[in-house]
Amino acid sequence: MSYHIVVCAGIVPDPLQTLEPVMGATGPGLKNELMLPAILDPWAGHALFEAAHLAKQQPDCKVWLVSLAPKAKLQQVMMKVAQKVPFELVAIDGSASGFTDASAAASALADAIVAIPGLDRSRLLVFGGWESASRAAGATLQMVGERLGITDQFQGVDAIAVGPDGTFEILERIEGGRHQVSLCAGPPAVLGWATGRLAEPPNNPQLGMTNMRTLMPALQKAKRAAIAAAGAFANVAVPSQRRDTRVVRDLSPDAIALEIVEWIRQ
Amino acid sequence: MDPAVSILSLAHLEPDGSLGKPALEALRVARQIADSLGAPLVAGLVGADVEAAARQIGSCGAARVLAVSGTEFAQSRYVSDAAAAEAICRAASALVVVAAGTSRWMRVLAGVAERLGGRVDTHVTRVGVVNGSVSVARWYYRQRIEGTVSRAERPWIIAVEPGAHEAWRGAAASVPVEPVPVSLPALRTRVTGVRSPASGEQTIRPDAELLLVAGAGWTKKQPDLRTHVQEAEGLILGFLHATQASLGGSKSLVDLSGEGQDVLPFMTHLNQIGQTGASPRHRKGLATCCHGEEPHVVGWRFIAERRAINLNPNCGWAQGKTDVLYVADAFEVMKKVNQRLA
Repeated sequence: MSYHIVVCAGIVPDPLQTLEPVMGATGPGLKNELMLPAILDPWAGHALFEAAHLAKQQPDCKVWLVSLAPKAKLQQVMMKVAQKVPFELVAIDGSASGFTDASAAASALADAIVAIPGLDRSRLLVFGGWESASRAAGATLQMVGERLGITDQFQGVDAIAVGPDGTFEILERIEGGRHQVSLCAGPPAVLGWATGRLAEPPNNPQLGMTNMRTLMPALQKAKRAAIAAAGAFANVAVPSQRRDTRVVRDLSPDAIALEIVEWIRQ
Repeated sequence: MDPAVSILSLAHLEPDGSLGKPALEALRVARQIADSLGAPLVAGLVGADVEAAARQIGSCGAARVLAVSGTEFAQSRYVSDAAAAEAICRAASALVVVAAGTSRWMRVLAGVAERLGGRVDTHVTRVGVVNGSVSVARWYYRQRIEGTVSRAERPWIIAVEPGAHEAWRGAAASVPVEPVPVSLPALRTRVTGVRSPASGEQTIRPDAELLLVAGAGWTKKQPDLRTHVQEAEGLILGFLHATQASLGGSKSLVDLSGEGQDVLPFMTHLNQIGQTGASPRHRKGLATCCHGEEPHVVGWRFIAERRAINLNPNCGWAQGKTDVLYVADAFEVMKKVNQRLA
């Protein structure tokens, strides 16, 4: 079974950066947003690695990475991502802010997917992160699927196994640390990935050079998309989380244990 | 308020045919919005047989109880759940739809909003109505920034975060149920079951009072310059058995497990809390051997009372984030804790 796998992946600020919200004329944003170092959204990154892994196992597969982000930032992130797995980039030049509307982002992504030359939608698998580290709503991928007319959708996916008859067994996260197991007849389908089961691939500079041949033209061709804010924001703020920590240095393990057990039993 | 439009509480049934706590929390939120706006409340139910669930919420004051039922709707599956939710929303002429942010609804609600030409907000932690305008609070950038937003587009689907609101309480009562017809396409997906962790050890308990967070320090070399992973496993599981706490892990610890190293066998990515993991809701949290931002800042966002055991008295991530920081060896302390709990 061969697949055309489209991975939808945004970029997000490096998690170690301090984020400070600011209100602008068109809605909230992050202070110095364009200066913050960015990474590929972590769960979408897992989706990309899983897509490449699946494409490697099956014949005649192809992987596209569709990304909606400011072009200059996307170029920086792609310098690293390109060394991980083979893919063809489809870039959309627009805001990657977490305060933008999922529906507008989905519209831009779906339009870009439909316009991919040679894409066979009967073999299409749309991958992405089940939530982003920016909007964190778990909404965009479902909307992309709806716009593409795909009604076999899975979220919080940790594994996909292709059977000899072309059916998929898919594991989705559900409550209580368990997985729901589903059997799907095959593509087209939408899979929103959680962490999956693959480690991050090591850097491969040769692969990076190969990917870069198509990356730069794709970035130059990136269409501009205006993505509106997600409603009218009354306020955005980083809540004060500072606690007055009591540091206990001189108690024996037994005395600490007594204190902890009493606290647990309160 | 136009009486032809409504506030809809949308709920799916649990496997036993009842409505779960998250569904009752969403119902209470919908009831409050309806009361504030002077709009009729409609209850929508999806499941195999909705009679018991309708009776369970019979005294909630819903003007109508709409239901999509049948064996096809027993399974948690996109195509059937989305069709059911869409049909109920249309039948209710819902302006605002409130549903619980369960894994089942989170799979479909955004797609349903797209079908209806509406909008969706998920992981909502607060809902307010001021001067006839509904607003919601939710977190952005993985629990780092909180925003309050209102929307003009309708219908507006609001998925409330489980555990963030009080559950509706009321007496059971018989109510008429209006069936809503749904025609499904040929089903291409079949749910074949639920799989528990391979180790057979249930370590994630969303309803637990206490969260134990284990950091990578449990797998590092100890003062005798050797690792004590088996001992760590015994201490952690012993504590979980004694307290029925839920277990969370730092990213570094679960990544070690994913890379196939000989570490804590019951620790998977599903246990991960923090930036790329969960931000669970528990009344108390105890962090052990954690040395990073994620467990203490992002993963602890919704933990009310926090304590940590850490060998480093200057750990910047723990100080200011926990109520009490015990500077001690977690192996020694947890051994004594388990003895006292036995």
